[in-house]
Parts: sequence; C-alpha cells; structure tokens
Amino acid sequence: MNLSTLLAQIINGLQTGSIYALVALGYSMVYGIILLLNFAHGDIIMVGAYVVYYSITRFAFHPLLAVLLAVAASVALGVTVEKVAYTPLRSAPRLSLLITAIGVSFLLENGAQMIFGADTKSMDPIVPGSVAIGSVTISYAAIITIAVSVISMFILTRLVNSTKMGKAMRAVSEDMGAAQLMGISLNKTISFTFAVGSALAGIGSVLYLCAYPQASPTMGSMLGIKAFIAAVLGGIGSIPGAMLGGFIIGLLESLISAVHLSMWKDAVVFVVLIVVLLLKPTGILGHKVQEKV
Amino acid sequence: MSIKDKAASGSERLQGRIRIPTPLRYLINSCLIAGLWFALSGMAAGGIINNYWKGILITVGINIILATSLNISVGYLGQLPLGHAGFMAVGAYASAIYMKSTPAAALIKAGDRGAVLPYLITAVLISAAVAGLFGLLIGIPALRLKGDYLAIITLGFGEIIRVTITNIDSVLGFKFTYGAAGLARIPKFTTLGNCFALVVISLTLIHMLMKSRFGRAILAVRDNEIAAESVGVDTTYYKTLAFVFSAMLAGVAGCLYAGYLGSLYPSTFKFMKSIEILVMVVLGGMGSMLGSVVSATVLTVLPEMLRAFSDYRMVAYSLLLVVMMIFRPTGLMGSYDFSMSRLLEKLLNAVFRRGAAADGEAYTEEGGR
Repeated sequence: MNLSTLLAQIINGLQTGSIYALVALGYSMVYGIILLLNFAHGDIIMVGAYVVYYSITRFAFHPLLAVLLAVAASVALGVTVEKVAYTPLRSAPRLSLLITAIGVSFLLENGAQMIFGADTKSMDPIVPGSVAIGSVTISYAAIITIAVSVISMFILTRLVNSTKMGKAMRAVSEDMGAAQLMGISLNKTISFTFAVGSALAGIGSVLYLCAYPQASPTMGSMLGIKAFIAAVLGGIGSIPGAMLGGFIIGLLESLISAVHLSMWKDAVVFVVLIVVLLLKPTGILGHKVQEKV
Repeated sequence: MSIKDKAASGSERLQGRIRIPTPLRYLINSCLIAGLWFALSGMAAGGIINNYWKGILITVGINIILATSLNISVGYLGQLPLGHAGFMAVGAYASAIYMKSTPAAALIKAGDRGAVLPYLITAVLISAAVAGLFGLLIGIPALRLKGDYLAIITLGFGEIIRVTITNIDSVLGFKFTYGAAGLARIPKFTTLGNCFALVVISLTLIHMLMKSRFGRAILAVRDNEIAAESVGVDTTYYKTLAFVFSAMLAGVAGCLYAGYLGSLYPSTFKFMKSIEILVMVVLGGMGSMLGSVVSATVLTVLPEMLRAFSDYRMVAYSLLLVVMMIFRPTGLMGSYDFSMSRLLEKLLNAVFRRGAAADGEAYTEEGGR
C-alpha cells in the first residue's frame, strides 16, 4: 500500500468518523441525562435521510432547504418519541425503558419499510466533484463533512458550557432530583436534550447521504450501534470523548477496508467495544461514577 | 422460610389445610404431559394434524424453548441479553455439521427412526455443549457489566458470531459453514415426537433449576444484587450459571431448528431474531414460564393464520413492545405461573372448607416466587 492510498483512506476514515461522531454525540447526551441507550437514535438518521432523498429527487428542492427540512423532521421525531414513549417510563425500571427504546427503533425501521418500501433508494451525489492535492484526491463531500461536523461540535460545546440551558442539562445529568429542587424544569431540559441530539442526527443524515448517496430502512441500525460504540469508546456522557471515539472508529474501519478485510469490519468494531468495556468501562475520556446503594 | 418452619412456628391456621405431597405433584404433572402427548400423537395419527400443522407445531416447540430460555436471563436474572439468536445459530450449526457427518440421512430415508436416536441425542448434547461454551465465553466478560452495556455487548457478540459464520470458510480454507450460501442437505431429524420430548425436558430442567437453591439465588440477584452479595450469594457465579444455562437451551432450540428446516443461512440469525424472541418473553410476562409458553405459541400460530397481514407483522411486534412497556410492563401473565397441584389443592380445600382463611398467605408462600 503506497502513501497516497493510505492518505486517501485516512481522509475516508475521517469523513465516516465525523458522521459517527455527530451521531455519537446524540447518544452520549441522552445517555448522560437519563441513562437511556436510545436505540431509536440511529433510526432518526434514517428518517432524516429519507426526507433529504424525497425533497431533492421528488420535489427538486435546493439542497440547503432539504437540509433544513431533514433537521426539522429529525427534531420533531426525536422530541415526539421522547414525549410519547420515554416520558411515561421515567420512573420505571431501566430494563423497561431499554425494551421500549428497542421497540421504538424497530417501529421506525419497519414503519419506514412499509411506507417507503424495503429497497435501497439511490440518488445522484449531492455534492459532486473533488480536488487534487498532490497525488491525493479529496472529494468536496469529505471536506464539507469534516468541516460541518467540527463546526457543529464547537457550537454544541459552547451551548453546553456557556448557556443557561446547557447549565441546566449538566445539572440534570449530575443529579436529577437536586436539579429539580433548584427549580430546573426536568421535562423542558430533557426534551431540549433530545431536540439537540436529534438535530445533530439530522445533520448526520445529510452528511451520510453526501458520503453514500442512498437511503434504506435499515441504514440507521448499524450506523446507530457503531456510533454508540464510538460514544462508549470515548467515554459516555463526554462531548470531546464522543468526537474522539467517532474518529477512532471511522479510521479503524477504513484501515480495515484498506487491507481488504472489509467483511470483518462489523466484527472488529464489536471486538473493540468489548475490549474497551473490559479494560476501561468508562471509556477514554469518561470519569467513574460511584454506584449508590 | 419453608412451609415446614412456618407451620412449626405456630401458624395454627395452616394445620388443617390439605396439601398434596411432592411425589404426587410430580405424578400429576407427568400424567398431564402424557395426556397431552397422547392427544397430540393421536391427532397426528388420525390425520387431524396434517403435515402443515405438524410443521407449525414443531416451530411452536422451538419457539417455546427459545422464549423460556431467554426468560431465564430476562425474567429470572433481570438482565437483557440481545444475542440469543447467536447461541441458537451456534447450536444449529454445531448439530448440523455433526449430523451431516453421520449416516443419519440414509437411516431417515430408510425409515429407521430408532437407529437415528443415538445420533440425535449426541447432536442435542453437542449443540447444548457448544452453545453453553459460547455462553460461558461471552458471559464471563459481559456479566461484569450492567444494564445497557450488557445489552450492547451481547448484541455485539451475536453479530460477531453471525459475521464469523458467514466468513469463516475463507479463513479456514475449506468448506465448513458454507458461508452466506447456506449449509444445505442437513438430515431432517426433527419430528413432532422428539421436539415434544425436548420441550418437556427443557421446561422440566428450567422448573427444577428455579425451584432449587440455585434458582433462589438467581432471583435474589435479580431483586437486589447488592443485598444478595452482602448476604453471601456469589453473584458472578449465579449470573454466569443462569446465562450459560439459557445459552445451552437456545443451542438445543437451534439443533431442532436445523433438523426441521434441513438448511441453515447466517442471515436467519440476525439481530431481528433475537428481538422476536424478546417480544415473546416480554409479551408473556418477564419471569413467567407459562407466559413465555403461551406467547411463544400465540406469536407462532397467529402469523400463520394471518398470512395476509404478514407485511405488518414486525410493525405490530414493535408497537406491541412499546405499548406493553408503557401500559403493562409486567406482561400479560406478570410473574404468575400455573400449577395444576395448586389448583387441585385449592379445589380440595374449598370442597372440604378447610384452611380457607389462610389461603392468600399460604399460597403466596407456596407459589415458589
């Protein structure tokens, strides 16, 4: 393998990695706040991708309008799911909440299959063209993806660290009861967290379509699980951790493909997860939470 | 506290109550099973159950084993493994590869079912052992983690098993699992008879495990892990035990599945399959064996009856999961389990009007859970 192929694969990995990172952020925030592994998060991306697909191919909207629509649809869906399925179960055992999340995920997947059909819908690349730097060709899609995700993460960090709502989010994830006593509205804060996470998923869906211009009902499940692995790898609940984890998983995958073992890709990612959970369950940047009796 | 202690400690009301002694209880259960078998085989011989229905009944049996075995992990142990289909796959492939190496196919063709029996027993044992071994390998690391991590790690192992089955041939360099093309021409050794027998054996084993001190320890771990640990229950040991046992039975179900269909494809054992089994457990009631049996039966027979709506099946399943969790998280049966002996006791006591006042308290004590 020569240097330019390696570089191309690294750029590829960074592109996929930044999509994983965006999705992982959604997982990480929701998990940080209500300790729920939101299985449906990946499927929100799928719905966002269908919105983009239909608004560009069927209605011939401008791509930017499609992006706005996808983000709006994702946010609406994410908040609806939270209100309908998760809020009634806030005091229920964790197991019930987890089963509900799986149920919602499969409902979205199978619902999409019923509405849009089980086939993969392909479209023309949203951002065609590429630029050559030396012997390495970089597609515009890759540049946009990496740039957009870095900017989103920057905005998110500002949001969480320096706004009132961000403070409320951090307080709720620290101690839900105490936060409520301080006058923070739990419902509002949790819904806001879901909205932000889903908006990131919406952006992620557009970037995914830039990288792989096709939508299918099951595209979200594997993407979602890998993003979750990225979140765990980086340390769940931590924003820089989610980014780091996303980039690591993305790079790992493209390097595996580079050595022609792409069919083992999924297995390797899961092996990484298992190794991380066994050696450092809190992830690279996470911190340990003591369990109370 | 056992019934004896309780009675001895002076609860006078219990004295006059009629109790069926344990050996008699087992006799009653054996009679019920034998009766069910005679009814089934009679109907099969009389042609009331045709081959189509025989197939459905075998599928029901396989699903009962799958659901009740997952119920050990979900209902009794209180964990949520999402890789049950992986254990089923391991068991199915192990028994299929073994059976293909035996002369079983020729014997079945010649109609000599009796001579197949030793091979069948070996196949069941092999699939249970291999699935149990995988359960141990997965359980030891996975059970150190809790809740969502356990779910995602078992999901991961399920996927790893499937990817490995699909791609192992290219690594080994010879045909072993036949990859995505599928393992075909497996002797069709599963019959209504041996399926029924294995269902009965599995249910009996689960019942015996849960009524033993192991079962009580497993329930203690579910109810409060920290409290259980502090009274000296080795939680890791019992968690692993329950998990491995659950995996072994899933392997047995896989063995029956391989022998029923005659061909295996890795794509059968996707994450979706694990969810289907989970729906059965959740619908029936986590922790109720009767619930798992009933919902496995209903969820197998109903889709057959409603072939026209098969497109909506998975949508209905997932909606069912969400609605159940919101409105009736305990499942249809809750943790209730049926006991013929208990019913008889109740009847006898009602007829002879004895110990009626002690009913509520005494029965919950006897209920086993």
